[in-house]
Amino acid sequence: MGRIAAPARTRRIRGLSDKAIAWAFIAPTMVLLLAINIFPLIWTIYLSFTNYQANRPNRPITYVGTKWYRDILGSPDVWAAMQATAHFVFWTILLQTLIGFGLAYLIDRKFRGHAFWTTIILVPMMLSPAVVGNFWKFLYQPQIGLFNSIVSFFTGIEPSSFEMLGSVSLSPWSIIIVDTWMWTPYVMLICLAGLRSIPDYIYEAAEVDRASLWRQFWSITLPMALPFIMLAVLFRGIENFKMFDMVNLLTGGGPGSTTEVASITLKREAFEKWRTGYSSAFAIILFVAVFGLANIYVKALNRVKQR
Amino acid sequence: MSQALTTAHSVVAPSVLSKRIAGAIVILYALVSMIPLAWILMTGFKTPPDSIAYPPKIVFAPSLEGYCNLFTTRTRQTQEYIQSLGPPQTICDEITRKRDMVIAGPSNYVPRFWNSLVIAFGSTFCAVSLGVLSAYAFSRFRIPLADDLLFFILSTRMMPPIAVAIPIYLMYRKLGLSDTALGMILLYTAVNVSLAVWLLKGFIDEIPREYEEAAMIDGYTRLHAFFKVVLPQAATGIAATAIFCLIFAWNEYAFAVLLTSGEAQTAPPFIPTIIGEGGMDWPAVGAGTTLFLVPLLVFTVLLRKHLLRGITFGAVRK
Repeated sequence: MGRIAAPARTRRIRGLSDKAIAWAFIAPTMVLLLAINIFPLIWTIYLSFTNYQANRPNRPITYVGTKWYRDILGSPDVWAAMQATAHFVFWTILLQTLIGFGLAYLIDRKFRGHAFWTTIILVPMMLSPAVVGNFWKFLYQPQIGLFNSIVSFFTGIEPSSFEMLGSVSLSPWSIIIVDTWMWTPYVMLICLAGLRSIPDYIYEAAEVDRASLWRQFWSITLPMALPFIMLAVLFRGIENFKMFDMVNLLTGGGPGSTTEVASITLKREAFEKWRTGYSSAFAIILFVAVFGLANIYVKALNRVKQR
Repeated sequence: MSQALTTAHSVVAPSVLSKRIAGAIVILYALVSMIPLAWILMTGFKTPPDSIAYPPKIVFAPSLEGYCNLFTTRTRQTQEYIQSLGPPQTICDEITRKRDMVIAGPSNYVPRFWNSLVIAFGSTFCAVSLGVLSAYAFSRFRIPLADDLLFFILSTRMMPPIAVAIPIYLMYRKLGLSDTALGMILLYTAVNVSLAVWLLKGFIDEIPREYEEAAMIDGYTRLHAFFKVVLPQAATGIAATAIFCLIFAWNEYAFAVLLTSGEAQTAPPFIPTIIGEGGMDWPAVGAGTTLFLVPLLVFTVLLRKHLLRGITFGAVRK
């Protein structure tokens, strides 16, 4: 009897209403995000209309209107950076999707020890892109680097005759190779989940109908795994659009500005030339671009999922 | 039925041969992708001359010079001076003296590594604590505009770090948080909390509501039920989420290199600055990289089962 009476009292005295708890639980996260993400974002928008320079905090701030936005959209350097970014994003996604899906397809054959080798394959994606990217600089050294030696072993080209990081034609590929090495496992893992989500009975039905393996692949495997592939492409696309650490350490944007992807340009403008206003405008443009592209992509993704 | 279907043309029951070929290709890929990591490990145990030998040395006499150089700073001395010293105290003394140098003091590697630990664990603790509260609220209560709020939380992760770094740099300069562990913890918490909320919401969604409801009928308050029933049930999910947050904070470079320079610098921006006489000291870099990567290898093995969920923000759950 007392056991039933007690809770009613406690609830009146101590129990907060669900609504109060809900807001109390959400508020800290929201406050933190507002302080560390939204407030700075609004500040960036404000700065993008001024001539503020972070290394000269005492200079009077003047409004420059949309000058920086017009400068950026008309600047050939920015378009070159966008092109370098597009080249990087396009090739990394293409290679990672092809190799990653291929690997997932093979792993899905469930050969002996597949779980162990899957874990081994996943290791590169867990590592720090900066610390590992830095080490790739060593692998890419002409002569003493392992990469050139291996290429030389298979092709017979002199290892000192090409420079992955120093040459204008090869340096964009040097970052694509490292990124592909690192993130193919990521795409593989998501594709594998996609392949495993396809129920066996669909294949069994197709086999009863004597559909060829080729036909099964194009009419069952690929369409059913497509939402997963697209999800992987979405995540990799956003991440590589923002790519900074690995490129900064491998090539630093060089030689010249051949591998200067958008984030590197932004860092040079903001923290080397200290053009805070200009770089704020550039940051806003990049953010709108990522956000816009991601939104369009998510809509497409949902359409594929509903089919 | 399925026996009869075991042919080379079956996806459901692949033939032995097709399994073998698939296995061979996958294992070959795995081994090739391990080469850079094997090279990091090996370089750590080479002497500086061996590390830059041409052609690259696969067989070499292992040495601890890389590890000694990683942990110490050294100065060049004359032969006479070195001979005037007493017998070498440690193995590193001995190695250093062979190069006509003496150990001048400890390097910055240990303090930087320590910073990485403090910042990673600090931010993970905060992000998971905030995340589990929000996740519970989103999972169990009707919250107006819940989907929009969740999308807002996720979208904060889409911003390019350099774009966020500009105002953070200015804000931290004003608040005196530049180059402090506290500043970095706050920043990494904000970045990780989005991941934590999304992942934990998925884990908490999977715990039946009946558990709490039963506890509340038994006289628990909502808060009691949350702490005594939901949290223990979500323990695995919380642990997996924490490891994902740890990995992010441990690996993070862009904010670290722009916002820290001394006191609070973490290992990722420090390791690329390890230089010896006349260029990079690759054995020391290899040693530093190896030690930095070991915790991540452990995490990968621990996380195997939850990896997919973590990397897709809970979108794919297997």
